[in-house]
Amino acid sequence: MTCSNDKMVAGASLNETEFFKKQTRVALRNCGVIDPCNINEYIARDGYAALGKVLTEMSSEDVIQTLLDSGLRGRGGAGFPTGLKWKFAAANADDQKYVCCNADEGDPGAFMDRSVLEGDPHVVLEAMAIAGYAIGATQGYIYVRAEYPVAVERLQLAIKQAREYGLLGKNIFESGFDFDIDLRLGAGAFVCGEETALMTSIEGKRGEPHPRPPFPAKSGLFKKPTILNNVETWANIPQIILNGADWFAGMGTEKSKGTKVFALGGKIKNTGLVEIPMGTPLREVVEEIGGGIPGGKKFKAAQTGGPSGGCIPAQHFDVAIDYDNLIAIGSMMGSGGLIVMDEDNCMVDIAKFFLEFTVDESCGKCTPCRVGTRRLLEMLDKITKGQGTMQDLEEMKELCLYIKANSLCGLGQTAPNPVLSTLNYFYDEYVAHVKDKRCPAGVCKDLLSFTIDKDKCIGCGLCARNCPVNCISQTDYVAPGHKLASYVIDSSKCIKCGACMANCKVGAISKK
Amino acid sequence: MKSLAELQAIKDKTNQELGTVEKRVLVGMATCGIAAGASPVYDVLANGVQGDLAKTVSVKQTGCVGICQYEPVVEIYEGDKRTTYVKMTAEKAQKVLEDHIKNGKVVYEYTIGANN
Ligand SMILES: Cc1cc2nc3c(=O)[nH]c(=O)nc-3n(C[C@H](O)[C@H](O)[C@H](O)COP(=O)(O)O)c2cc1C
Repeated sequence: MTCSNDKMVAGASLNETEFFKKQTRVALRNCGVIDPCNINEYIARDGYAALGKVLTEMSSEDVIQTLLDSGLRGRGGAGFPTGLKWKFAAANADDQKYVCCNADEGDPGAFMDRSVLEGDPHVVLEAMAIAGYAIGATQGYIYVRAEYPVAVERLQLAIKQAREYGLLGKNIFESGFDFDIDLRLGAGAFVCGEETALMTSIEGKRGEPHPRPPFPAKSGLFKKPTILNNVETWANIPQIILNGADWFAGMGTEKSKGTKVFALGGKIKNTGLVEIPMGTPLREVVEEIGGGIPGGKKFKAAQTGGPSGGCIPAQHFDVAIDYDNLIAIGSMMGSGGLIVMDEDNCMVDIAKFFLEFTVDESCGKCTPCRVGTRRLLEMLDKITKGQGTMQDLEEMKELCLYIKANSLCGLGQTAPNPVLSTLNYFYDEYVAHVKDKRCPAGVCKDLLSFTIDKDKCIGCGLCARNCPVNCISQTDYVAPGHKLASYVIDSSKCIKCGACMANCKVGAISKK
Repeated sequence: MKSLAELQAIKDKTNQELGTVEKRVLVGMATCGIAAGASPVYDVLANGVQGDLAKTVSVKQTGCVGICQYEPVVEIYEGDKRTTYVKMTAEKAQKVLEDHIKNGKVVYEYTIGANN
């Protein structure tokens, strides 16, 4: 390979990778391209031109109509049409209204919003100012978790720079429009991502949800008409204003327009952040962009929607990713976590993982969620220990439906989803745990047993030396063709750590 | 900000400044990059590009390009030409500084193509 000065070196650029080629970057267009601490670099890439256009050429009705026509739906989870939300808030006359940004990003493993805040903070400020003009608000709040110190620092700097340029403050573009933004830091509670809890937290009270209606568009922050949008939703808006509703609506599927950012993780070669047009088949995301599953393992399921979502099994591998398709198969878009699972993942264990999370994060205000999720977790725990009954499976489903129907907020209403979707698609796996006391994926420790094949064992003793509880000892059986006596595991003392198996040079140890 | 013209003037001036730079060096410094060790990489490049060299080369921090397992990432733009260096360290940054930034020779073994 020659490396000349002006010629492209084959393979040396990210542009040439499958990972990058298949992406369409709208929300992430500036991430990794501009210096986020320099407002001029944002302006050089058409930054604040959308705000300028809105304030000098468009009425607030025009702005809302553009958003309605674009088909943009909220990227924070529920997928509510953004234009409609703004229209409701605009219609409610009041002396004070608010614009809020949800940067709480509570889903475990999700970092889409953090990436936008750290890589392109001005886009959020610009979009919020546009919303302020559209609904008649003069104050915005960004609710960001304190665990994102870099994002907080860059947002603070961006707000300072925007104020210095007069892009926030009084009489912006001499239009008579005033708008300013302040940060509010959250302590990293999942429930504070829920809109009513978030606003309660901004008010300085304990971050607990309350029933809707009234919806925030009517009575939100400080009981005033308020809109709340997700960071990624905001990041699309200046581009929609500049390029037009038709441009945006030209991407995606009939009811899900534009692109979606996913945090790709789990059993996948290229972990990372990807932005794809809505309607991209899941298979393409996993196999082409994600580079497939390492070690030649088989795809078992993809989890989307985090603790509120569900699993997409192999029979739906070709599903075109959009809001409605994912709901139809029992999962949801969520905010963008996409965890790939292979044959080594136990689906009961996965359900348990998410339930542990929701039990921890339940705020405790309503009983169905506080007590119900805990009971559900206890049942799952029993099953993974081989103590579950078929009746538990029946009752578990009933409890799931009860929690969903009766919880106060979206946390409880969606918490059973990981259980329901795995029960639905991987019922056999639950039954194996209950009836056969067996974990087919070999994950649930209490159901595993490690054994040494006495005829394969060469008697080297590596397993015994690496066993942390000294439960492996030598027998007096010497297999034909071997010189040393084989070893045996005392399963009554075994803690199933797998150290023996990992250290065996001849593959004589198996787990089942 | 008083007018669209004022905004346009900032845009034009910034683009003109960016245009005079022959090599734009970007170090991925989002949380992911910093956690993987981007700060010492940035320091080597920023300290190395001083004096006359700084007239044609700029070293900037940027956000995350999305390739988590390759952090720290350094990208060099020369017009349309983009070079992506991955899994960088201070030592690798030193070599990229000498070979690529100062002498125009891509250090292929550190690029994404060689580390795929
Ligand atoms: C328990 C719970 C947690 C949530 N966490 C978040 C979050 O971290 N970020 C977010 O944008 N939306 C979150 N939401 C959704 C918000 O309530 C709200 O629907 C969203 O911020 C609206 O913005 P959008 O229309 O732009 O999506 C959460 C909802 C629930 C029920």
